[in-house]
Amino acid sequence: MRNKNAVSARGSLIQRMLLTPYSIWAVLFIVVPLFFIAFYAFTDSQMHFTLDNMRKVFTYRVNAEHTTPYYVMVFGRSFKLAVISTLICLLLGYPFAYRIAHASPRVQGILITVIMIPMWMNFLIRTYAWMVILQDKGILNGGLALLGLGPIHVIGTETAVIIGMVYDYLPYMILPIYSVMAKMDNKLLEAARDLGCNSLGVMRRVIWPLSLPGVISGVNMVLIPSVSTFYISQKLGGKMKLIGDEIEEKYANFDFNGAAAIAFIMMVLLLVVMALLQHRATKRSVA
Amino acid sequence: MKTLSRIYTGLILLFLFAPIVILIVFSFNGENSTAVMTGFSFRWYKELFDNAKILEAVRNTLLLAVSSALIATVMGTAAAVGIYRLRSRYLRAALDTVTNIPMINPDIITGISLMLMFVFAGRLFGLNNSLNFGTILIAHVTFCLPYVILQVLPKLQQMDKALPEAAMDLGCTPLRAFFKVEIPELFPGILTGMIMAFTMSLDDFVISYFTSGPGFQTLPVLIYSMTKKAVKPTIYSLATIIFFVILALLTVTNLIDSDTDKAVKEARKKKKAKKQAAA
Repeated sequence: MRNKNAVSARGSLIQRMLLTPYSIWAVLFIVVPLFFIAFYAFTDSQMHFTLDNMRKVFTYRVNAEHTTPYYVMVFGRSFKLAVISTLICLLLGYPFAYRIAHASPRVQGILITVIMIPMWMNFLIRTYAWMVILQDKGILNGGLALLGLGPIHVIGTETAVIIGMVYDYLPYMILPIYSVMAKMDNKLLEAARDLGCNSLGVMRRVIWPLSLPGVISGVNMVLIPSVSTFYISQKLGGKMKLIGDEIEEKYANFDFNGAAAIAFIMMVLLLVVMALLQHRATKRSVA
Repeated sequence: MKTLSRIYTGLILLFLFAPIVILIVFSFNGENSTAVMTGFSFRWYKELFDNAKILEAVRNTLLLAVSSALIATVMGTAAAVGIYRLRSRYLRAALDTVTNIPMINPDIITGISLMLMFVFAGRLFGLNNSLNFGTILIAHVTFCLPYVILQVLPKLQQMDKALPEAAMDLGCTPLRAFFKVEIPELFPGILTGMIMAFTMSLDDFVISYFTSGPGFQTLPVLIYSMTKKAVKPTIYSLATIIFFVILALLTVTNLIDSDTDKAVKEARKKKKAKKQAAA
């Protein structure tokens, strides 16, 4: 008995030894830095408390005649483009994930690896490749000219930014949906069919609700990097600025307080969006 | 229906790979053009290997990826074992939440938050430039840790709990049991976690951009500053090399994965056969 106690006491000592370094690291480098965003957002360069950074974000106008404040407009544009890209990713990715999940195990393995290859390519270079394709004298217009079609102007438009986002983040939509679908019990689908559901009914009433957790994590994984990107807009959006561009520009100009204020608001907005998504999903699955 | 789904698969794959194929083709371009193909040459590959700045960035990136993957693997494996054995439900929930933060947060937030803290600390010590190899290493270890933990935890859950206990009953100290029994059992998860950490570190741009000082440039950060100006096809030859390295890495990880899968399946088969024989 005594021996066993000694062993478990030593066991808990080992456990503490195992967990302590990570716990300290996580608090110091994950939790504390987030407070620094709030700290810089609400102080000036002399570290005195101020609401000026925040006020600027909500009221600054480039031109006094503009009705919408500048940063509000940038936030609106970022969320609009990110939501459109996420929806396109969902529309393109959902059937593709379904297709992979219903292939033979060997084909599944191959297709998943193939999907992952572009993910591991440096995304700067991938995005740059789209600039080469879409620019006015680029490959797209070269191809169109061969077909006798007119040059089209894509680069610098919202369409170009959306293409870049969809291209960069489509795999992040496909993979989580696939992993949920691959685990789905085929007997459920058969049961629904036996009970008189047509294909559309099976899709709407069985497959879609069961795949919702995958959809939610896919949406998160596309929406979050799309909202916060700055490279895609720099290369494909011309002079168009997104939230990420504003943060990056302020960082490059050593305006850390301004950068923190925008980052803080973006963080809060994203938390709200994610909580809402999660809430809807759990409500649906309960119902 | 079947042809429709084939066409669809083909179109998606075309969309995903057309830009990469274009990159590879243009890396062999004879002229300094990223739009028109004129003849075949290795000129840009030669220029790439003559470019001291790029080579230094490659060295920096590899050094950083190896060190952050190693540190994250050791600390993350220990943390996973610790979390798995944790009895307090609240502590476990708290640790799980904190572990998820770097994966959910946008990279730009992770990068900015760490940068602000480093700058603050630097100011406290009166430093002019607070960003260096140490700060970018801390940042990379931080975002690699969750990947290691999330690879090792499921392997712990799959492991037979009786194994380490049996080892201790047979006279192993807990420490010896841990190294002799648990670690080998977890090894596939540890290895996948390490490879993931390594590739995440290699590939990261956003967090590196905010946490690296002027003295230490990684390849993605260098690519970023290069693409601010007009680009030569040198970058494409670099991308082509990266592409084939990653292809090789992915193939190797797939082989490891399918090997362990096979081993697990065979072990199960043997167990079943034994049970049937016993019955």
